[in-house]
Amino acid sequence: MAARKTVRRSGTFSEHKPEETLLKAHTGIKGFDEITFGGLPQGRPALIVGGAGSGKTVFGMEFLVRGALQFGETGVFMSFEETESDLVKNFDSIGFNLNDLMARKLLFIDFVYIERKEIEETGEFDLDGLFVRLESAINEIGAKRVVLDTLEALFSGFTNEAVLRAELRRLFRWLKEKGVTVVITSERGIHTLTRCGLEEYVADCVILLDTRMEEQIATRRLRIIKYRGSKHGSNEYPFLIDENGISIMPITSLRLDYRVSRDRIPTGIERLDNMLSGGYYRGSSILVSGTPGTGKSTLAASFARATCRRGVRCLYYSFEESPDQIIRNMNSVGIDLESCIKGGLLRFHTDRPSLHGLEMHLLTMYKEIEEFQPESVVVDPISNLITVGTPLETRSTLTRLIDFLKSSQTTSLFTSLTAAGENLESTEVGISSLMDTWILLRDIEIGGERNRGLYVLKSRGMAHSNQIREFIVTDKGIQLLDVYTGPGGVLTGSARLAQEAKEKARALSRQQEIELNRREIERRRQGLESQIAALRARFEAEKERLETISAQERTSEEQLAEERNTMARKRKAD
Amino acid sequence: MTDVKNIRPAKKTKTAKTGSPAEIWDLRLYVAGQTEKSILAFSNLKRIAEEHLAGRYRIEVVDVTKNPQLARNDQIIALPTLVRKLPPPMRKIIGDLSKTERVLIGLDIKPGQK
Repeated sequence: MAARKTVRRSGTFSEHKPEETLLKAHTGIKGFDEITFGGLPQGRPALIVGGAGSGKTVFGMEFLVRGALQFGETGVFMSFEETESDLVKNFDSIGFNLNDLMARKLLFIDFVYIERKEIEETGEFDLDGLFVRLESAINEIGAKRVVLDTLEALFSGFTNEAVLRAELRRLFRWLKEKGVTVVITSERGIHTLTRCGLEEYVADCVILLDTRMEEQIATRRLRIIKYRGSKHGSNEYPFLIDENGISIMPITSLRLDYRVSRDRIPTGIERLDNMLSGGYYRGSSILVSGTPGTGKSTLAASFARATCRRGVRCLYYSFEESPDQIIRNMNSVGIDLESCIKGGLLRFHTDRPSLHGLEMHLLTMYKEIEEFQPESVVVDPISNLITVGTPLETRSTLTRLIDFLKSSQTTSLFTSLTAAGENLESTEVGISSLMDTWILLRDIEIGGERNRGLYVLKSRGMAHSNQIREFIVTDKGIQLLDVYTGPGGVLTGSARLAQEAKEKARALSRQQEIELNRREIERRRQGLESQIAALRARFEAEKERLETISAQERTSEEQLAEERNTMARKRKAD
Repeated sequence: MTDVKNIRPAKKTKTAKTGSPAEIWDLRLYVAGQTEKSILAFSNLKRIAEEHLAGRYRIEVVDVTKNPQLARNDQIIALPTLVRKLPPPMRKIIGDLSKTERVLIGLDIKPGQK
């Protein structure tokens, strides 16, 4: 759909058909120009409809002030409700110095006072007085913008409605001829859009402001009902009014076309880096879910610390604990956050979830992220925020938040509390599908004790370990250990230690046995060898004896032969 | 056109009773240029004043197109507008002053119907 509209838009902006070009007057109101693709229709009237206190006057005044200061277009504010001095006072609180603008002839305020009691209608009349005042004001400062706040007051001032309506018609025609961009504010009606049917005259652009209460939490919303000749976002956009005026969070206008990074950033835990083959991707979203007390915040704080160690900024949203409490608690496990705060790299933002509606929270986050420009954001825990809104609202706003963070290449880590007994792998409203990396922390209960286990359930686009690690919070931060996996199943904690000791003992005894055997063999070999030596000695002795005997035999033989010869010689034998 | 209907000589004595003879009526008529409506309003005013306030009124015609600031000061929106500056309190009536009855009520020349 977006693509088709873009095509149409580029057609509108092409040089060939200048008559179709709808020029826009930038409002400078944060987010508004984005959802309207430029601002209000230039030279035409736009109607801002809303109930009491919905921010109509602020919208109108901000349109003029920003027009004068940022876009060089001066403006006339014709007020039918508040006097000039009231306006000056009220807008001082949101940082607009109207007196200064008026002195510099950038703004003209004309308060129109209508009191029915004082007006007796005695025949034909017209609203030329209004025209004259408006025209002279426009001419005096060369205004390009006009705000009429709230035109309906006229209807309470005059009884002759037929004349009034004819005059309004004339007024809008006249304003169009003048070529000024006009904002008309109007009270919301019960059966019609506006109380007095002003939408009948202003057909080009109609914007609805709305403050709704949901479970005692108010959320301001803005919706473009109609914008002739222009594409526009059609959703309801939450908005804030604070010391900087109006800010609208145009996050529904984001698309899935953000660039992704291949950089890895450390998780703050060395072994976790290894498990993820190098760390989180920059600009990815990480979910850390787990049951109470599994160390989610500690993991988050480690990440925050690691971010600040690299010399970049981290924004830490805490919806459960005060900054002091987090600092103290993390100090006790060796994660020093205080120095990060002092170095200006870590900023805490703590709010009770019930303080605003979900959209307001996201809007304040959006604003703060824009302002602080952190490299990573921690939201601890996101599950608390979720309780504020309805599931549908939650899902859509979180999608928008994550899209926003991703498009600005901000790495985000969310913790989520899973209620004990629930399926560990079911997160609220299925936010897990929005996450790139999901780390699950869980209790492993064996042998009457609970230990923490950590594993990477998913991690998009990277090789990651499938192993469960035992996760120990020491006074030097988090340590990940191999869990014992063996024939006895997965063991952790003291069971693991016991098992390991048992293993060690068994190994030792095996070792000893081997040694024993080895010695036995040696001994036997030695025995054998000594036997062999003895035998050999005996053999040698025997051999010697036998040789001696044979030598003697040989000697005696020779002697016998000698004797025989001697005898023969004696007998003279021949 | 409504002139004939509005002439009621009997009222003259009554009005003389409401204001003291010394009191001057200061009337200011705001118009935007010489339009049909402004001319009609002026002639209506002139007639009514002659009839009811003979000799003790003053009429000032202000053309707001020439002096818009005056229109702001007196909070003029509709035209023509007739303002009774004196005697106090200030009163304001709008229209071409054709409905004489309403003009008299508006200017408090004739007390409202009893």
